[in-house]
Amino acid sequence: MPVITYREALRQAIQEEMRADPKVWILGQNIAAYGGTYAVTKGLFEEFGPERVRDAPIEEAGIVGLATGSAMGGTRPIAEIMSINFTLVAIDQIVNHAAKMRYMFGGQWSAPMVIRTSSGYGMLAATHSQTFENWYAYVPGLRVVMPATPYDAKGMLKAAIRDPDPVMFIEHSNLYGQKGEVPDGDYVVPLDQADVKREGADVTLVCWSSMVKPCLQAAETLAGDGVAAEVIDMRALRPLDTATVIASVKKTSRCVVVEEGWRSMGVGAEIAARVSEEAFDWLDAPVGRVAGKEVPMPYAKNLEKLCIPNEQDILAAVRSIL
Amino acid sequence: MDRDLRKKLYRQMVQIRHFEEKCAELYAGAQIGGFLHLYIGEEAIAVGAINALKPDDDVVTHYRDHGHALAKGLEVGPVMAELCGRATGVCKGRGGSMHVADVSKKMWGGYAIVGGHLPVATGLAHAHAFAKDGLVTTCFFGDAASDIGEFHEAMNFAALWKLPIVFVCENNLYGMGVPIAMNTAQQQIVQKAKAYGMPGERVDGMDVEVMHAAMTKAATHARKGKGPYFLEAMTYRFRGHSMADPELYRDKAEVEEWKKKDPIHAYRALLIKEKVFTKAQADALDQEVLAEIEAAAKFALDSPFPDESTLFDDIYTPAGGR
Repeated sequence: MPVITYREALRQAIQEEMRADPKVWILGQNIAAYGGTYAVTKGLFEEFGPERVRDAPIEEAGIVGLATGSAMGGTRPIAEIMSINFTLVAIDQIVNHAAKMRYMFGGQWSAPMVIRTSSGYGMLAATHSQTFENWYAYVPGLRVVMPATPYDAKGMLKAAIRDPDPVMFIEHSNLYGQKGEVPDGDYVVPLDQADVKREGADVTLVCWSSMVKPCLQAAETLAGDGVAAEVIDMRALRPLDTATVIASVKKTSRCVVVEEGWRSMGVGAEIAARVSEEAFDWLDAPVGRVAGKEVPMPYAKNLEKLCIPNEQDILAAVRSIL
Repeated sequence: MDRDLRKKLYRQMVQIRHFEEKCAELYAGAQIGGFLHLYIGEEAIAVGAINALKPDDDVVTHYRDHGHALAKGLEVGPVMAELCGRATGVCKGRGGSMHVADVSKKMWGGYAIVGGHLPVATGLAHAHAFAKDGLVTTCFFGDAASDIGEFHEAMNFAALWKLPIVFVCENNLYGMGVPIAMNTAQQQIVQKAKAYGMPGERVDGMDVEVMHAAMTKAATHARKGKGPYFLEAMTYRFRGHSMADPELYRDKAEVEEWKKKDPIHAYRALLIKEKVFTKAQADALDQEVLAEIEAAAKFALDSPFPDESTLFDDIYTPAGGR
């Protein structure tokens, strides 16, 4: 199977869907001749032309609103918002408009659109290093996904483009260069299923996006100590596939939830709560939590590093409940 | 103007007036809940403008939306049922007074976040440009919406991409209870459109034939692919902002002065003078409309509330649906 980057996997998904459906088009800042801030759309402008690969002005509410209306009118837009931090400028359009289009008007129409955006950090300081998947996962009417591997990135983006409702498709700046096996041609990955990335019987590590890799590394280290960790990549945050987590916890009796973002009020808290509700009798220890430090992200490299959970943090959390 | 069209314009204005008066009565009787914003005094705008459109042209509007819905041809019964939160409402009781829509009539709804619907409407216009179907989108909003960022983002997109959209600002001189002079630095709202290189004009929103003529010109411009057009319709609401408004902020004499320009009274006198109908025929038409509104209210109040088993329907599109 070909080995390609996460970035190339995303590009394949867009390219294949645009070839298959003439109603699919993409808009965003610097996506045409420039090729995209993270180079995901490189070459698409040359293949599909200016009507289907369209640079948009720096007005995120305008971009999302235009995509919503165009989707209502029959096209299949992909709106690229450079950073999830900038989606806050469009949050009225995402939450009050796109997410409400079907229910509030009694199911008369849908808005089949994808909002592609990127989470991440990298010496960018406080306004450019935040994780907001929990804000969107809170909202009925949206789907929220965060693929961690090139395989999932391609399959989930293809599914998202074909989905009849608005999908928040959250990429990660640290993942674009990561490589993995990706089949040529068509396949989809469902938008509502977690994936067991590594099996194990002693402890369940629940993670998504950038945290999958350090969890897999931690699982490898733990294996050397004779501890078999199961790593569950949530992939989809709304709807949240609790069943896969609960089934795993019933097997392992121990669970640690690992997330990049701030600990309070987040997706990790929701998962921990559901494990307590649905697998309490199977737990041999309280659900462990690993999360980012609750500060506005500092610029200095050493301080930034302190904020992001790493393999050592995960190992410490696991060992404290073994 | 054609006699039948003149009679239709008159009848629709009367229909909206009586509909709104019935709404006020039902609101007082607690049959309509939430916020209720009446269109009384502004009828000439929706009726004149929408009758200059093709049936397949889109209408998108704000929360003071009953008039636009009726002018777009929605039946009074299901609209009244929506206001009363009944299962037979146009949105199955999910939207209420501020969110009246019927996609089969290309009435894409009232929206209640001030200015938020302008980007969505611009997107619907994009879908027409994308499909090259020769249709146009018309977007109604109030004077105070011209201050918010989404207004400007929509203006920029529409003008930049030369989209087939007509923006109709209903300038009723107040943003809720604050006079326009205290809300906006540029009180000639049409000048804001001109800043984006968009053609536009300020017109008498109390004269239904003026509105019809202005919209005919504007829609033709947009339909020919020349880009957006802007109409600023000067008007006045005869009632408070909503039913909760004690109107402490405006002078009674000012209200009385505007009531002399009542679009219905003036038009009725004109049509009698020009022998489109006799006074007796006009009286008979009024009675016919009143009976229709009474029947609509009866239909609404006799209708069941939505079945509680449908609570979670329509959050997402069912498989294979659209």
